[in-house]
Amino acid sequence: MNAPTAPDWRDDIFAVLQAHEIKQVYHVPDAGHSRLIESCQRSNAMRTLALTTEEEGVALAAGAWLGGQRSVLLMQSSGVGNTINLMGLTKTMRLPLLTLITMRGDYGEFNSWQYPMGQGTPKVLEAMGVLLYSVDTAEEVKATVDAAARSAFNGGQAVAVLLRQKLIGIKNFGKK
Amino acid sequence: MSTATLRRRPLVKTILEGATDDLLVIAGLGSSNWDVTEAGDRPLNMPLWGAMGATVAMGLGLAIAQPTKRVLVITGDGDMLMGMGSLATVAAQQPHNLAICVLDNEKFGETGNQATHTSARNQGPTDSGAGADLSVIARGCGIADSATIRGEAEVAQLVADLRRKSGPVFRLVKVMVEKLEFVMPPQDGAHLKDRFRQALLGQA
Repeated sequence: MNAPTAPDWRDDIFAVLQAHEIKQVYHVPDAGHSRLIESCQRSNAMRTLALTTEEEGVALAAGAWLGGQRSVLLMQSSGVGNTINLMGLTKTMRLPLLTLITMRGDYGEFNSWQYPMGQGTPKVLEAMGVLLYSVDTAEEVKATVDAAARSAFNGGQAVAVLLRQKLIGIKNFGKK
Repeated sequence: MSTATLRRRPLVKTILEGATDDLLVIAGLGSSNWDVTEAGDRPLNMPLWGAMGATVAMGLGLAIAQPTKRVLVITGDGDMLMGMGSLATVAAQQPHNLAICVLDNEKFGETGNQATHTSARNQGPTDSGAGADLSVIARGCGIADSATIRGEAEVAQLVADLRRKSGPVFRLVKVMVEKLEFVMPPQDGAHLKDRFRQALLGQA
């Protein structure tokens, strides 16, 4: 049980998701999103679904929208590659999609294995017609996620918010 | 060689007979789509023309959004094999209103009837599978109510379970390999989605 109480940009995201009446939250375990995921799990207004692979989240979002519910897909940049084929659904079915992506292999990353997908993330999403909003500082988070949700659910777009590693912090595995 | 005797088209027609607005159907790409469409194209069908491996997850998202409706996923063994993880995702949620029917002919029908992993092993260099049992896999993923249907005598119970039994329900139905006419629904995905939402929610 870890219940940090200091205000945090992840709490800003939670507030935006509540304001936009997000009912289904899809996620895989993720350190960057963990505080947000726990807030969603504790919410009575949201249903959280743990995935076996991120692509399930795109299919779930399509099903939720068919049934009249809004959803959000929380993932790491390393999971983005798993979703690319299904991202095509957002064009074929003209579906709204909101995804919040914690970036790895992005800014001072220690683990070289994270760089290929991290650096490829904006390019492959763009190739599939997903709109990209990028956030580098905590102050921008709330307004950006709010704008992304508006583009998705009012404007009918597939939108990804890239939560950059500069915002999340560099994972250094104890190295100086 | 599969010993299946059930024919998919009359079976799907029986499963969907008398469908009301309380039944929401997601059909997997290829043969399952054509089967469901021959039974009767309707706005509350979402027949997929692609998105292989996504059918069950789409059904789950819909089932959670519409807890008072019955959601029935009808798909094939190839599609199910590509999205096996979604069975565990379903089991984690235990949706009471979701039923999954996999029509297993042990072949990739749309690409020339190559063996899927549900085909038996040791059937020669070009027709061997793994003997994978999707019904056992579903149960192993945590869907306790999982069974295999092989004969005509079991069909009435199959239909009752798929339409009404508290879910999640998983049924694997062994069906014959057949060459059947394509019966196609509208192809435009945005249209299919809009007509579904219009019929269900009164708004596109």
